[in-house]
Amino acid sequence: MDKTINQKAWFLVLPVFLVVAFSAILPLMTVVNYSMQDTFGNNQFFWNGVGWFKELLDPSTDLGGRFLASLGRNLLFSAIILAIEVPLGIVVALSMPRDGWTVAVCLVILALPLLIPWNVVGTIWQIFGRPDIGLLGYTLNGLGIDYNYVSNEFDAWATVVVMDVWHWTSLVALLCYAGLKSIPDAYYQAAQIDGASRWAVFKAIQLPKMNRVLLIAVLLRFMDSFMIYTEPFVVTGGGPGNSTTFVSIELVKIALGQFDLGKAAALSLVYNLIILIVCWIFYTVMTNAGADRPEKQGAAS
Amino acid sequence: MSVTLEHVTRTVDGVPTIRDVSLTLERGTLSVLLGPTLSGKTSIMRLLAGLDKPTTGRVLVDGNDVTGVDVRRRSVAMVYQQFINYPSLTVYENIASPLRVQGRPREEIDRRVQEAAKLLRLEPFLKRTPLQLSGGQQQRTAIARALVKGADLVLLDEPLANLDYKLREELRTELPRIFEASGAIFVYATTEPSEALLLGGNTVCMWQGQVLQSGDTSKVYRQPETLRVAQVFSDPPLNIVGIEKKNGSVQYAGGIQAPATGLYAQLSDGPYRVGFRAHQLEVANGIAGRHAFHATVTVTEITGSESFVHLNRDASNWVAVLQGVHEYEPGHVLDAVLDPDNVFVFDAADRLVAAPRSS
Amino acid sequence: MARIDLVDLAHSYGGNDAALESYALKPVTMTWRQGGAYALLGPSGCGKTTLLNLISGIVTPSRGKILFDGADITPLSTQKRNIAQVFQFPVIYDTMTVGQNLAFPLKNRGVAKAEVEARVKHIADLLDLTPYLGRKATRLTADAKQKISLGRGLVRSDVAAVLFDEPLTVIDPELKWQLRSKLKALHRELDLTMIYVTHDQTEALTFADTVVVMHDGRVVQSGTPAELFDKPAHTFVGYFIGSPGMNIVPAVVSGHEARIDGHVIGLHRNYGALPAAAKIEIGVRPEFVHVAAPASGLLSATIERIDDLGRVRFARVRIGDAKFAARVPPGFSVPDNDVGLVFDPAHVHVYADSRLVEGVA
Repeated sequence: MDKTINQKAWFLVLPVFLVVAFSAILPLMTVVNYSMQDTFGNNQFFWNGVGWFKELLDPSTDLGGRFLASLGRNLLFSAIILAIEVPLGIVVALSMPRDGWTVAVCLVILALPLLIPWNVVGTIWQIFGRPDIGLLGYTLNGLGIDYNYVSNEFDAWATVVVMDVWHWTSLVALLCYAGLKSIPDAYYQAAQIDGASRWAVFKAIQLPKMNRVLLIAVLLRFMDSFMIYTEPFVVTGGGPGNSTTFVSIELVKIALGQFDLGKAAALSLVYNLIILIVCWIFYTVMTNAGADRPEKQGAAS
Repeated sequence: MSVTLEHVTRTVDGVPTIRDVSLTLERGTLSVLLGPTLSGKTSIMRLLAGLDKPTTGRVLVDGNDVTGVDVRRRSVAMVYQQFINYPSLTVYENIASPLRVQGRPREEIDRRVQEAAKLLRLEPFLKRTPLQLSGGQQQRTAIARALVKGADLVLLDEPLANLDYKLREELRTELPRIFEASGAIFVYATTEPSEALLLGGNTVCMWQGQVLQSGDTSKVYRQPETLRVAQVFSDPPLNIVGIEKKNGSVQYAGGIQAPATGLYAQLSDGPYRVGFRAHQLEVANGIAGRHAFHATVTVTEITGSESFVHLNRDASNWVAVLQGVHEYEPGHVLDAVLDPDNVFVFDAADRLVAAPRSS
Repeated sequence: MARIDLVDLAHSYGGNDAALESYALKPVTMTWRQGGAYALLGPSGCGKTTLLNLISGIVTPSRGKILFDGADITPLSTQKRNIAQVFQFPVIYDTMTVGQNLAFPLKNRGVAKAEVEARVKHIADLLDLTPYLGRKATRLTADAKQKISLGRGLVRSDVAAVLFDEPLTVIDPELKWQLRSKLKALHRELDLTMIYVTHDQTEALTFADTVVVMHDGRVVQSGTPAELFDKPAHTFVGYFIGSPGMNIVPAVVSGHEARIDGHVIGLHRNYGALPAAAKIEIGVRPEFVHVAAPASGLLSATIERIDDLGRVRFARVRIGDAKFAARVPPGFSVPDNDVGLVFDPAHVHVYADSRLVEGVA
């Protein structure tokens, strides 16, 4: 709808514009500036041009090595949790009741893990997994399984993965449930009439109709898991060694641990760029997948 | 009060939706915008209301330029195809809402709501909410709300399209009475020629964003200036056949030859296109003076009062109408006749050159 | 292919002990012959969709039975009833091609591959879908998708009946009549029992051999289009079928005469004893009454307006308090105030409490 143009609206936007400029754009420009300098935050700057960026991409250097290793860990982590959370979320959504008072109860239970502050999630699992006072740690060790997320790499990974699944599967489930609810009854009736089995109904009706919703779920989960920081940091601190050191943790180590601000700035810019590219790819795929438009001319008589 | 559109065009995303339209609507008149979907009817209404601005041209009210004046400051009411009512308010409150916005005193609101409810036969339903009403009653509520405002310009955009056909019929017969009782300028958009004929008033025939012909409804129906106007103003679709006149006889496309009697007599030699509506084609044979064609039945549509026989003749599709219930088997070949005094003849430039003398 | 019997079938959405008056479908007993084309016609809320859902098995009736070829199928689920249903909007499986869509019901029942292919080809041919067999079903237009929905029902050779629930709702008006004639042609060719639910009289009268008119949960009349038009058994049928609907006016009837507003009209048949307490009305279609110059021998009426529909003109008149529509003969110049009405006695019917009374010849 084409409203009659009113220029006064621009003045209302001005305060927001100023705030965003102050808190986001100027600091961003600073980071870009730092990324091309060699500095330790002591106001001494040595020009480095694209030096840090070259190092980042070179696995033989210290910076490059650490970056590429942590990037690999991030990608592995995202792949694992997507492979678990998406099917699990779909199964949960399919098992949920469709109407009645039980729906509200289920929705509330599903929403609970999503409402917990992320560092509290980390703290919960950190304690939960401790062999001495944690319920999970104690039980597992009592059953004879040698479980210690502080010293054992595999256990640390397992803990971080299970924590993420526990935290975020509900999101996928809720999104899929919304997608399922929008399927009209007539589809199920037609499937009944066609004699379709439960599995056939899932494959032919439910999964295709949940397509768009799943795409959103995958995009959200990928982005969030790729940027993950709080939960693994609270539980494992990046350890044992650097086995759960993701890019975000690496970045914090360099910036706040070593005060190597130039390297950190370059790293954060590249990190940001990767996320932007992935989002753009997803967006393009989504909008093209949504363009499943039927041909208007001459499709049938 | 009069509303004028002066050489108005509107282009959206590089596509012209309205091309050079000029129209004047006088107080107390009803104008029907008749045309197929996407012919520009809704765009014209939105320009009249002030919801959109024309790309070029002006909108005048009583001679004053109101192009660009916001719709909230104009005296306009609109009724849509979807029954738009406030779902949480009762029918009474729905109808009263424009008056409450205007800040009228309570007694006046009550009196005017009761008047509108009486006019639209909503009195038994005043305490119900829209969702408890049938489609026809919901649309009546929307119309009552539009009328009670006392606006100078009331726009109705295909208001009956979403109703069951019987409800549509009922409401359609009541609309002329309701419009006369008001006195505002009414603009009614529709795709159905029968609605235009029933409502009377003036008809503005539209096609692809242009006004083809506008004038008294009966005149536009009986004297369509071009073939396109005749096509827009015919339901079922206009039947068309090409002829060539030569030396006192006409040769129909597909082979039939006949003497050039009736309206053909005064035409000069050359090619023409003959258009005739479904009721101008008779299923009969052996009537003297008529031009007969053999045609194959493809399907018969029965409405009860009438039967529409779809025919195939020389690769063209024709429709004839018969009174009552008649059924023909698809594939049946029958004779259909044309009365040379009862057709529309258009020249090579699709302009009307001959029409039946009005009855 | 099945003969369908409804035995005292009724349904209430409010539970079995709800009052009979509130039933969505009031008790009905009918037989629909095998291979017949039936239309359930009526306004929204008349119970036609309820009846269709009872037959397809989506709803279990509160009481009564449904028989297919004499066998009681009331306790059977939808799957076991062997029916096919086409819904208001096209229901197709998005991920499959047209061919796979059509093959789906047969694959689910474990039919041999060769036979599946043969059936799919045959049905696609009948529905003019052969050029699109390899295409993804979602890419087709709405009317093609409805044909696919229909095809899935027809592809099973043992289907008992095909049910249609207002299937042309989403089809473009220009294509509606094409699909309608296709359905009719299919019915002729396949000899299937077809049941078509609609609120549009044109669809019902064009498609069906027998139209079942429903109103307020009751079957009001069941007959051929000609019967429904010429001899409505109920005033509702007279009103609903025909455009404009039948005129219904109160009258006093005795013997061969009806008295309206003090004026006498001759009737075609003799009406002897009519129940005294009943509401007596006469019904006559506007096509069978025409206006003429006022004369002493004719019933007088006041003109309210003339509806000019191009091919025919109707006069809307008033007789006392009653509203009436009558045909205006071509070329007749209508006077300003009063006209006389001329009735065709053969088409004047008498109704007592809205039901047709058969007079004696």
